Amino acid sequence: MNCKALFAAAGLALLSASTALAGDVRIMWYSDGNEGEVLKDLISRFSKDNPDINVIVDEVAYSVIKEQLPVQLAAGNGPDIARVTDIKNLAQYWLDLTPYLSDPVSWVKNYEDQADWMRLDGSPAITGFMTQITLTGGFANKTLFEQAGVPLPGPGATWSDWVEASKKVAESQQLPYAFAIDRSGHRIAGPAISYGAGFIGPKGLPNEVDDGMKAFIADFVKWNNEGLHAKDVWVSAAGTTYRPAADDFINAQVPFYYSGSWQVANLATKIDDAFDWVATGSPCGQAACTGMPGGAAVVAMKDTKNPKEVARVMEYLASTPVAKEFAERTLFLPANKEVIAGGLNFQTDSQTVKDVLNTFVQASSTTAVEALKLPAWKYAGSYYGALVSRVSQVIAGELTLDDGYARINSDMAEKVKEAQ
Amino acid sequence: MSANIKRHRTGLGGIAFAVIRPVMSLIDIPLRALQRATGQGGMASFFILPNMAVFTIFVLIPFAINFVYSMTGGIEIFLNQRDFVGAEHYRDIFTCGSYLDPASCRRDGFWTAAQNTTLFVILQVTLLIIVSLITALILNRQIIGRSFWRAMFFFPVLLSPVVVGLIWRWILQRDGLLNFVLLEAFGAEQFNWLTDRTAAFAATIGVSIWAHMGFYTLILLAGLQAIPKDLYEAAEMDGTSKSRVFRRITLPLLMPNLIVVLVLALIKAVQVFDEVYVLTGGGPGTSTMYLVQYIYEKGFASELRNPGLAAAASIIMGAVLVVLTLMQMAASRRNEKKGER
Repeated sequence: MNCKALFAAAGLALLSASTALAGDVRIMWYSDGNEGEVLKDLISRFSKDNPDINVIVDEVAYSVIKEQLPVQLAAGNGPDIARVTDIKNLAQYWLDLTPYLSDPVSWVKNYEDQADWMRLDGSPAITGFMTQITLTGGFANKTLFEQAGVPLPGPGATWSDWVEASKKVAESQQLPYAFAIDRSGHRIAGPAISYGAGFIGPKGLPNEVDDGMKAFIADFVKWNNEGLHAKDVWVSAAGTTYRPAADDFINAQVPFYYSGSWQVANLATKIDDAFDWVATGSPCGQAACTGMPGGAAVVAMKDTKNPKEVARVMEYLASTPVAKEFAERTLFLPANKEVIAGGLNFQTDSQTVKDVLNTFVQASSTTAVEALKLPAWKYAGSYYGALVSRVSQVIAGELTLDDGYARINSDMAEKVKEAQ
Repeated sequence: MSANIKRHRTGLGGIAFAVIRPVMSLIDIPLRALQRATGQGGMASFFILPNMAVFTIFVLIPFAINFVYSMTGGIEIFLNQRDFVGAEHYRDIFTCGSYLDPASCRRDGFWTAAQNTTLFVILQVTLLIIVSLITALILNRQIIGRSFWRAMFFFPVLLSPVVVGLIWRWILQRDGLLNFVLLEAFGAEQFNWLTDRTAAFAATIGVSIWAHMGFYTLILLAGLQAIPKDLYEAAEMDGTSKSRVFRRITLPLLMPNLIVVLVLALIKAVQVFDEVYVLTGGGPGTSTMYLVQYIYEKGFASELRNPGLAAAASIIMGAVLVVLTLMQMAASRRNEKKGER
């Protein structure tokens, strides 16, 4: 009798365990600022209203999303939902949510503008939504500029103007470097386009490194060799490893930092009132004054065992009130059209943050056509990878500029060959 | 023996013995039958079977899969989704203007990593053995706090490679401890230890020696303590100089241990990855990118990832390790023969 009871209890436990597994939705999430906290708060409310779905949030470093998630997906072991930035390159792994959504029409209406960024060329699939629209741009330490008596370069100022002004500030304030750009191919794509670079060639294939690209890379290498750019950011790793330079700016080690709008919450929190800072938009080149648009998307995975539950979680997160709250609390620029139309009340008392966000909104109007195309271009991720690894080698003195250009071309040719 | 059995039959040991004995008697029946059927050789095979099964599942089969993988192309993970490309990756790797000039090679990253690894192995292993030997000689003397120093030198071996890498990164980075000390003590200017190619390369060697020397010191110390003291006493009575004692007594008698240290250090140095990956990330440029990191980046981490190429590179590296292992076995055999004589 006792044995029977024991077996019955064990059977019940197994049954309940498998039932829980059937309703599990695992989200892999990285954060630049406070968005992980906000997500968990939103999910806890969802869980109260939907006790049949067990949502598990795995917070990971960005490097895990960038380096480990692609391998997990290729092996069929990924999460059910993930927040990603390599949206187009991995589009083959995203689930088409269309048959599982209760209101696909509203979804399309709110998120159609970026839908091509996260699906295979020509596909009408609904695979996810942008948690935020980002734009690369600069930040200046206003206090350091004022202390040095150097005026902040105004609208229309070129990269050379900014580097020259930052150099004066660095010399006056005895800073190690004049400026820093994150170690990322995406980050120098905007400046390169401003110099006249074209990434996308005929038939959508990658262009060979052109004069605009060469001009920017040559200047960037020169600034590193002259000790103006924070060299340790770009040469501190081999390959395509991402290295942000935010800490140098936060610690007032550089007066000018080129990154993007996703840093706003991070900078606001960490700098607090240590110094005054402003967003500068993107400096100009000969061809444009553009930043790179982009952002992070929340996407559902094709290999999920619980597509219906995943779609319910996705629909909740993409819904207008939730997307609005998420944007207001994280200080991210939203992608949801209804949210944009209804206006936002960013949850910050800081006038600096409000001004910074306004600057990014204004800067988006100068985004070049080439830059707008790149997020939906399937070779963009590979091109960024080739750029960051080869430019780093040139800065480190391992390759000449010409060798670097040739290597970028051969890396991309290999990628095209693989794709075909 | 009978005393042992008697001891087992009392207390807890006795209870355990009483439980185990019938079980062993049961197992004994089929084993005896097996031995009658297969003889002693068959029994030996039977007993090493579990170990061979583990070796086959976790080493031989993955090795075979990796070899097949190196003959396929594409970025897919599953073999059945990958295209067969034959020896293309090997051809790519060995397509070079000059093997000494990585820039002239189609796979410049592989040859840069191979060159870095070769230089690292030569310098690190040489310095590691010298430092470990000197440390062992010092720790073998009657110095104050000898046990404390032995523990101190062994302590880094207990640390995780990631911790080692992080500690030294904090020391060597631009605003790290070393620059702070140099600035405070000597007013020296900040130097970027991790962005200067030579300094970063030297740092990887230094940190690697710091992290591993305790282990090799211990092996050499054991060897030193096994040398009979009367040899030294006889040499002292003959008035032999210390350097001659070292060359004629210590070094020859320590040779078996030195060979073990040499081969183990060589194999470990070829496999260098974790602490260096955390310390320099392979930079500046690719000047501290070693073979394992190249394989890791190509296989898993890079936006330009190419798992087939990574598999081919790992097969080549595996071949180098096999050669080193054969060298170890040959050296061990030679030593055994010398000992027999």
